[in-house]
Order: sequence, then structure tokens, then C-alpha cells
Amino acid sequence: MGAGKKINYFDYNWKSHDWLFLFLVGTVIGGFLASRFMANQEAMILGEATIVYLTDLGLSMPSIGELSPKEIFSFGGGFQLKYLFMLMSGGFLIGFGTRYAGGCTSGHAITGLSNLQLPSLVAVIGFFIGGIAMTYFILPLILS
Amino acid sequence: MKKLLFLPVGIVFGITMFKSEAISWYRIQEMFLFDSFHMYGIIGVAVILGALIHFLLKKSTIKNINGEAIVFADKPKTYTASIIGGILFGLGWSMTGACPGPIYVLVGAGYEGFIVVLLSALIATFVYGALKSKLPH
Repeated sequence: MGAGKKINYFDYNWKSHDWLFLFLVGTVIGGFLASRFMANQEAMILGEATIVYLTDLGLSMPSIGELSPKEIFSFGGGFQLKYLFMLMSGGFLIGFGTRYAGGCTSGHAITGLSNLQLPSLVAVIGFFIGGIAMTYFILPLILS
Repeated sequence: MKKLLFLPVGIVFGITMFKSEAISWYRIQEMFLFDSFHMYGIIGVAVILGALIHFLLKKSTIKNINGEAIVFADKPKTYTASIIGGILFGLGWSMTGACPGPIYVLVGAGYEGFIVVLLSALIATFVYGALKSKLPH
């Protein structure tokens, strides 16, 4: 029975999902176009508690047009092993959690909640439990 | 060929994610620190608009691009999977400041670190597939 379910999961009909790949190629192009031609001309203004949080963790403030700390997310921005650990384990948690929960921010928080799905509300509560635990407790342990 | 329409839809999604700053690690920390209305505003508008669109589509007889009726499947009532999977996802969301779609947008925007995030997330979906039958749902 276990093996049967396994085969089910990997028995993916690529052909009928080919539109997804077109959408994904579009998102990459969209990100490229926005960052090249539509980036903000001034730096992001963050809340005060967030500025204190970043300072405590020794992270850089956003520079002009920048969305995420370059030392973590851009190669050559000051590599450290703990940043690589964040990228690898963060990616794993996103992938595993999304499949396990049966959706992500779009599938549960936006489409699920707007279609009044109770499992989506439960998942969104989970998102916030995990996110708050990471921001308040785990990231300070990793980064300081 | 009609499927090519998904390309501009993706491009609009990418630009929207970038310009709204919803894919910013800084904004995600601000959200979890309850330090700004920014992300709650974006998600709130999306949910209200989504509810309106769901309502209108359910009332209308509009067909999708394949000429089929648009149906909304209910989410499976696997609450254990929702809460455990949700917590794991939330940990990753805060760690990287991204969810699945935004990973691709950030790769396109030139944040090379998200190539590592993307590969790791893809491996994780296969690991989930292998473990699925052993996990509580």
C-alpha cells in the first residue's frame, strides 16, 4: 500500500501541467524585468522594531532597490557558512512544508481563505506558528 | 498555443511580487515582528479580491481557456498535514523570506542565493513524495 501511494505521487502527468512551466518561466522574466527597469529609486523604509532586530543580528539595512540582505542572498556579498545553511534548510522547509500542507501562501492563505476552506485556515495558523518561532527564536540563534 | 497566455500571466505575477515587496526578506521579518501593516495589507487585499472573484466565477458560466467549466475543488480535510506542514512551511518562509512562487521571481531578479533555495526545495518535494505514506495526514 505504501509503495502504491509512492508511485501515485511520482506518477506525474507532465503533459497536462505544461502550462505551469510557462507560468514559471514568466515569473523569472517578470523578476528580471522588474529588477532591471522598475526598481525603486530609494531604499525601503522599515519599521523601528525591524531596524533594531536587524542591528542586533548584525545584518545590513536595505540599500537602494534592494529587497533582501545581500550578504545572505547574493553571492559575493560576504559569504558565511551560516548563510548557506539558511538557504539550504530554508529551501528544504519551504518545499517539504508546501507539499505536506497541500499549499503555500497562494494556495492556502489567498485562494484557500478566500474560498472559505477550513484546512487552509489551519495551515495559515501553522505558517504563523512556524514563522514567529523562526523570527523570534531560531534566526537569532543561527545568526548571533 | 493558447497556453502561451500563461507566460504573460507569469510575467505580471513576477512584476507584482517584486514591486509590492512581498518577496522581500526584510518585509517578511517586519510581518512576523508585527512591525508594519505592509504585508497584512497585501495579503488582506488579495483575500478580499479573491473572495469576490470566487463569488463571481461561481455565479457565472465563464469557461476556462480549454473551454471547460471552472470548478473549485475543496481542500482535503487532512488537518494534521495542514498544521504540521504549515509550521514547517512557516519556518522556511521566515528563514528565506520567500514562498514557492517568489523563489523563481527572486532568481530572475538576480539574487543568486535563491538558486540554492530552489534546488533544496525541489529535493524536498521528492523527499516528501518518498515519505508521504509514512507521515500522518
